[in-house]
Amino acid sequence: MPLADGAPATAQQTNGVDDAPVLEVEGLETVFDTRDGAVHAVNGVSFHLRPGELLGVVGESGSGKSVTMMSALQLLPSPPARRTGGMVRFRGQDVDAMTPKAMRRLRGGEIGFVFQDPMTSLNPVFTVGFQIMEPLRKHLRLSKPEARKRAAELLAMVGIPSPEARLNDYPHQFSGGMRQRVMIAIALACEPGVVIADEPTTALDVTIQAQIIELVKDLRQRLGAAIVWITHDLGVIAGIADRVAVMYAGRIVEEGPVLEIFEDPRHPYTRALLETMPHLEGDRPQRLRTIPGQPPVLMETPVACSFAPRCPHAFDKCLAADPRLEPCGAAGHRVACWWTPPEAETEVPA
Amino acid sequence: MLTYTLRRLAFAVPALLAISFIIFAILDLAPSDPTAQLPLTIPPEVREKIRLSLGLGEPFAVRYWKWLIQFFVNEPLNLIEQWTGWSFGDGDRLRVLSWQTRSPVVDLIAQRMPQTLWVVGMSYVLGALIAIPIGVISAYRQYSWFDQFGTLFSMVGFSIPTFFTGLLFIVIFSVNLEWFPSIYDTTHEVTDWESFVFQIKQMIMPTMVLGLYNASQISRFMRASMLDNLGQDYVRTARAKGMTEKVVVLVHVMRNSLIPVVTVLALNLPQVFGGAIITEQIFKVNGLGQLLIGAIEGGDIPTVQTLTFIFAVLIVLFNLIADLLYGILDPRIRYD
Ligand SMILES: Nc1ncnc2c1ncn2[C@@H]1O[C@H](COP(=O)(O)OP(=O)(O)OP(=O)(O)O)[C@@H](O)[C@H]1O
Ligand SMILES: [Mg+2]
Repeated sequence: MPLADGAPATAQQTNGVDDAPVLEVEGLETVFDTRDGAVHAVNGVSFHLRPGELLGVVGESGSGKSVTMMSALQLLPSPPARRTGGMVRFRGQDVDAMTPKAMRRLRGGEIGFVFQDPMTSLNPVFTVGFQIMEPLRKHLRLSKPEARKRAAELLAMVGIPSPEARLNDYPHQFSGGMRQRVMIAIALACEPGVVIADEPTTALDVTIQAQIIELVKDLRQRLGAAIVWITHDLGVIAGIADRVAVMYAGRIVEEGPVLEIFEDPRHPYTRALLETMPHLEGDRPQRLRTIPGQPPVLMETPVACSFAPRCPHAFDKCLAADPRLEPCGAAGHRVACWWTPPEAETEVPA
Repeated sequence: MLTYTLRRLAFAVPALLAISFIIFAILDLAPSDPTAQLPLTIPPEVREKIRLSLGLGEPFAVRYWKWLIQFFVNEPLNLIEQWTGWSFGDGDRLRVLSWQTRSPVVDLIAQRMPQTLWVVGMSYVLGALIAIPIGVISAYRQYSWFDQFGTLFSMVGFSIPTFFTGLLFIVIFSVNLEWFPSIYDTTHEVTDWESFVFQIKQMIMPTMVLGLYNASQISRFMRASMLDNLGQDYVRTARAKGMTEKVVVLVHVMRNSLIPVVTVLALNLPQVFGGAIITEQIFKVNGLGQLLIGAIEGGDIPTVQTLTFIFAVLIVLFNLIADLLYGILDPRIRYD
């Protein structure tokens, strides 16, 4: 018996060496204690990231994309933020149980973070060179000249002209797009296995956006890092992501391979998001559509589906019970919704 | 930066001239009589002669002009002669003379300066040294017992006047415990270890009284500045890079927080030269503050004029220094 049991297990394991997730998040819950009460910003988010994979995270403003990622890495100031549940594992290790030292190694050394706002995310009184060299010296223990050389290489890699000279400049001497590149250079400094890019292109104009996307694609191929790409622009995701997670009101409402999400969206929210995308194929793009209604105020844990008040397909069950993420459609596709789209009704769930 | 400094200095000249005129005019309007404290037996004609000998017979414009020459030309030339040993002309220049002592005001100031610098200057340094760590810890551990205690401490320190804390210190440490002398002995000279210890002992109380007062202000300021910066996005970036808390707080946050604090410290520095008038009175430190009070009481107008004007010069100067420091500390500020 042990032999029979053992065989598939080893098979799974050998299979799992390449495929074992680098980052796993399970049931993450985070609240902000505010004067008006607790804001439930993250309500049981689970996702995983395999090596070299690019996971796109989309959702409206305020859906909890940034907070989820920061909470996972304990980057939220506490108070007001408070983790109320969940588990985060990096290469199988429990992140919450890590010593402060191991935690620091993880941050910057193995997980790079590109923050949303390049204008304020760099320290104004230190040179860009100093800020790029800091993690190099700390995690890779490079000497000053070595770190400087490497910092210049990084700046060159993210496409900043005359990198040597620019190391001595301060952040305010860089444009917004260049600061975002500097942020990317910092995140990639120690060649981390995971990069979390929080709307790295939202603050930028379209041409620079395209450049940054190309840059990330290119870096991903060269360095093989797994990437979480947060955005509210599904168009960006379509071109680069392997998988997509759609967030609403602090939870993932739909998740799956990128083609599945675009071709067979199950959640009414995902469908609405797709409809708000401008279509470039048409002669004239139609008027931009928006999703009617407001995202919910996250003052209490939901008992019903949080999207129900805005959902065109809501029925009585939606107000009575909160749906969980369940498999649907093709492999790896999961949705948290009681409603089944008519075209999918005839299908037999996999 | 250099052109900016020169431009500011050039602007300072008319400003200071205006200030000197105002000071001179206001004090001239004051109904004070330099002979008022002389014995009543002196006959009025003699009094009038004394007044004339003090230069009071001349019209306002002439007196102002003379004072300007004395202050801006003669006194600086004298100083240069003293420091370098060179000599300009015959060295027989009219100086700003005190009516009370008939000695040059600048010499009086030079005599009093060391005491003030020692006691008041030291209290300023001490205040900053106590306040900055308190401010940093209070902000980093906001609402902790340390922070609450720090808040209480600075509220008390700030709201109790120094004449009260001064007397309290005297009662406790001089009268009851007999640790420190209650009167500052200005004639004391440091020659060996023992006299040095005595100097420290007599400096402790006035320095502490003023130092605590300064510390309570500066620590609040430092705390507010730290709190401002701790919430900034770049702090999160530093943490996300895996920097230790020590580096995050003491390098990233503190470097930013010190900018306004250092600027304010520089702005307030002329206070030191002004001497803490009250504290100097209580501990009988005969520094600049006491000189000023004595001159006001004795109707010694030239001394009051000169001292007040020197304070004005210092304020203008340290304003410039504060601005330049800001430019040096904050790379975003450019003066060209
Ligand atoms: N410091 C805070 N105090 C209280 N609530 C907060 C705080 N920070 C975030 N939140 C709440 O958490 C929720 C999620 O915020 P988050 O920044 O993750 O949104 P997001 O999806 O990243 O949006 P965006 O696309 O605008 O970046 C929001 O509803 C917000 O109100
Ligand atoms: Mg965000």
